[in-house]
Amino acid sequence: MLKIDNLHASVEDNAILKGLSLQVPAGEVHAIMGPNGAGKSTLGNTIAGRPDYEVLQGSVTWNGLDLVELDPAARAAAGVFLSFQYPVEIPGVPGLTFVRTAMNAQRRQRGEDEISAPAFLKQVKEAAKNLKMDFDMLKRPLNVGFSGGEKKRMEILQMAMLEPSLLILDETDSGLDIDALRIVSEGVNALRRADRSMLVITHYQRLLDYIKPDKVHVLVAGRIVASGGPELAHELEAEGYDKYLPNAA
Amino acid sequence: MNAIARFDLNNAATYPSRRVEAWKYSDLARILRETPKLSATTDIKGSGPFAALGGEVLSLANGHGSIDYSAADQVTVQVRLVSDAESTGHTARVSIKTQAGAKLLLLESHEGRGDYVAHNRIDIDVAAGAEVTRIVLIDEPELAVSVTEAEVNLAAGAKYRQTVLTTGARLQRFETRLAHHAHGADARMDGLYLLKGARHTDLTSVVDHLEAHGTTGQLTKGVARETSRGVFQGKIVVQRGADGTDARMAHNALIDGERAEIDAKPELIIYADEVQCAHGNTVGTLDEAALFYMQARGITAEEARALLTEAFLNEVVDRIEQDDVREVVTQWLTARL
Repeated sequence: MLKIDNLHASVEDNAILKGLSLQVPAGEVHAIMGPNGAGKSTLGNTIAGRPDYEVLQGSVTWNGLDLVELDPAARAAAGVFLSFQYPVEIPGVPGLTFVRTAMNAQRRQRGEDEISAPAFLKQVKEAAKNLKMDFDMLKRPLNVGFSGGEKKRMEILQMAMLEPSLLILDETDSGLDIDALRIVSEGVNALRRADRSMLVITHYQRLLDYIKPDKVHVLVAGRIVASGGPELAHELEAEGYDKYLPNAA
Repeated sequence: MNAIARFDLNNAATYPSRRVEAWKYSDLARILRETPKLSATTDIKGSGPFAALGGEVLSLANGHGSIDYSAADQVTVQVRLVSDAESTGHTARVSIKTQAGAKLLLLESHEGRGDYVAHNRIDIDVAAGAEVTRIVLIDEPELAVSVTEAEVNLAAGAKYRQTVLTTGARLQRFETRLAHHAHGADARMDGLYLLKGARHTDLTSVVDHLEAHGTTGQLTKGVARETSRGVFQGKIVVQRGADGTDARMAHNALIDGERAEIDAKPELIIYADEVQCAHGNTVGTLDEAALFYMQARGITAEEARALLTEAFLNEVVDRIEQDDVREVVTQWLTARL
């Protein structure tokens, strides 16, 4: 269970999250929707531990583990995976090297043995096939020169390989055409499991047609202002965020 | 060209200070105030970093003796310049010649222990149509001082490939003066430095295009951590009549430490008309976004820095043409990241 309680966070001295509380039980998919500037990406980055994102007050725990005290790599080893809105290009590091380095780094932190080269290769080939990815792409420097769709597929591949227990998808739909959106969503849906929680951060309802949430939360000005079932996403799509904005009647 | 007397370890009056333009960033006179006592000889230990690559092994211990080698046909030679001394100094002399059409793989290692002062004088003549690949691995103690001066002379159609990797020393200068004495020679001089602590290295090169249709390509990359200092000085001179010269020089460095320093001085001096010359120089820092991305996938901060640094530096190693040499050099570098 992800438990966020009265979270206040700032980025470069600008207060962004102002008392956000949220709970995502194991096995559930929750969507976070909100207007630009509400703090959606800040939420994802704060949970993952991005430097410069400072927690001023409140707590974030994952299965009882205090995440705020951990460095980003330790959070990842504890099962947290932030899928980036704009995955970063890593020149000179082939995708295969990157994924294997990440897997083994997590395993070492958990006190497990490293994965053998043949076992890794077998697993990554299978994951690439499921995502309809050309295996040669994994030999190229990670994300360098990739299209938006290819970068997001690479994110899903990493999720499939690293097997996180808490998935945070930050605007995964941005930069995707409809075919890519379908493939990426199928990849995410294939990862749904009874012991895995997902937080889907999105600006538009469209993604939620493909990744069906159990709950939808509306994030405005750094706080959750409304929560409901999937129908809330449709209501937002039809009516916008106006009624939740501070100055609305 | 220069009124300053040639550097001679036995004569402190020749030690250049920063007031000499070419030594502006490497003030030898400040570090070395008097002539050091001559080093005694020493035993050569181990088998050097190139042991796996075979070939004839020529070694100099604290500069005792000299190497005078002439290559015919296709050969591999390991030159080990070994220093092991406390507060004493020595000069090593190496002369390498090639016969026309020879193909020499010259594997040069600078190995050391102690706080010695080493001066290396190396002459390399590449005959017409001959080919020399010189790979230099420099691994010296943090208290050592060393000055390596190489003169490389290229005859018509000669091919020369040089890659030097170094981790620096207290003060370390690695200088290569290369001259295209005849038309159609092809030179490449690459460099890589990886500095920690308070180490200093200075990769200086002077390339002189005296005749037409010569090509020179240079790629130097470096990383300076903590309080270390990296110096790159590259000068390419294209003399009158050296038409058709193609010369390109790049230096890209990363500063990975708030008190680290990189000094770069690229110079192109062109007296000929029909030439193509370019130089580029960048100094930056590791990409913070990439570092966070890697950490968010579980890679520790330290490992992420090492991986990004290696990826940055690998471009230089990747240009080594021989697979087995590249493999040895990659391992050498990985062990020092």
